[in-house]
Amino acid sequence: MSYLPFAVAGWLFFVGLYGVVTSRNYIHLTVCLTVMQSSTYVVLLAIGYRDKATAPIFVGISRTARTVDPVVQALTLTDIVVSVVVAALLLSLTMDMFGRAKTVDPDEVRELSS
Amino acid sequence: MSRRSRIGLFAATAPIFAALVFWGLAGLPDFGHYNHPYGKLLSRAAPVDRHTSNVVSATTFDYRGFDTLGEEFILFASAMGVALLLRDVRDVESRRPYDRVEDDAVQLLGILMVPVTVLLGLWLAAYGYITPGGGFQGGVVLAGGLVLLWAAGRYRAYRAASPIPLVELAEGVGAGGYVVVGLAALVSGAPFLQNLFGPGHFGTLLSGGSIPFLNWAAAIEVAAANVLLYNEVFEEYALSLRSRR
Repeated sequence: MSYLPFAVAGWLFFVGLYGVVTSRNYIHLTVCLTVMQSSTYVVLLAIGYRDKATAPIFVGISRTARTVDPVVQALTLTDIVVSVVVAALLLSLTMDMFGRAKTVDPDEVRELSS
Repeated sequence: MSRRSRIGLFAATAPIFAALVFWGLAGLPDFGHYNHPYGKLLSRAAPVDRHTSNVVSATTFDYRGFDTLGEEFILFASAMGVALLLRDVRDVESRRPYDRVEDDAVQLLGILMVPVTVLLGLWLAAYGYITPGGGFQGGVVLAGGLVLLWAAGRYRAYRAASPIPLVELAEGVGAGGYVVVGLAALVSGAPFLQNLFGPGHFGTLLSGGSIPFLNWAAAIEVAAANVLLYNEVFEEYALSLRSRR
């Protein structure tokens, strides 16, 4: 079962990609993109995990305690911030588009513009 | 590309792409058994060098501080982008809509939760480099406390608590403050963003040298950018309330 976290990450990525490809609503599409990006958090944190290790926060534990990798946790933090700002920009583009075209369906917008 | 051809292309190429991705993932070290040379080094070094007990915060604000600088400016640019995009299509607000929660129970519970949430946010940010937390997490919770004021209280109370000039100023101070701490190191002759002050006492607020300053700069920046993002979306919503009436 040692590859389960990586399999979960791969599954999240493709289930999100499927949602993006088949989406009929830009808000739904943004959420699917966020699901895709969540797979990267799972990969990073799964790489950082060590067997029988604790959080890398040295409060009430020995300085030599076995801890999980703090670097990938910091990278995950960056990843989440980027994911949030991408979602914010996409959602505001959706709002802007709804104001002009009165639709949030990617295919209908394409018909209107052509 | 039409919807049908798009799905057709996906069906044809996704299995190949999936095979490559899962092949790559299967090549990663066994779960829980990777050696972590860099992570192990930081876990040992941060409590000794920086007297910081939260190594994730030490990584974010010190060892990878330059990375976080970029991250702060991604957030800054995105908040500005959303403001530009949405303000452009919105007329100047003339009057504030009257939009309040009518249910007493929701209102009472929500208003009680506001100080709790704000306190939690401040605590997460203040002790971010000692116990689990950090400037980013604290900033998000702080902004959440303000949103609660609108969600459970009233729009006017939310707007009164987050005047846009103040929020914009805070965003500038947060992003600029991070750069100032970096430049201060440069002025003193050290490399950019080098940790400046003594490590202080382990496990207290006076530990970590420059880390507390960068931590608070990030907390202010994140809280302000989030409030600014919410503001723009709420303004759009408020506009729809006005036009409906």
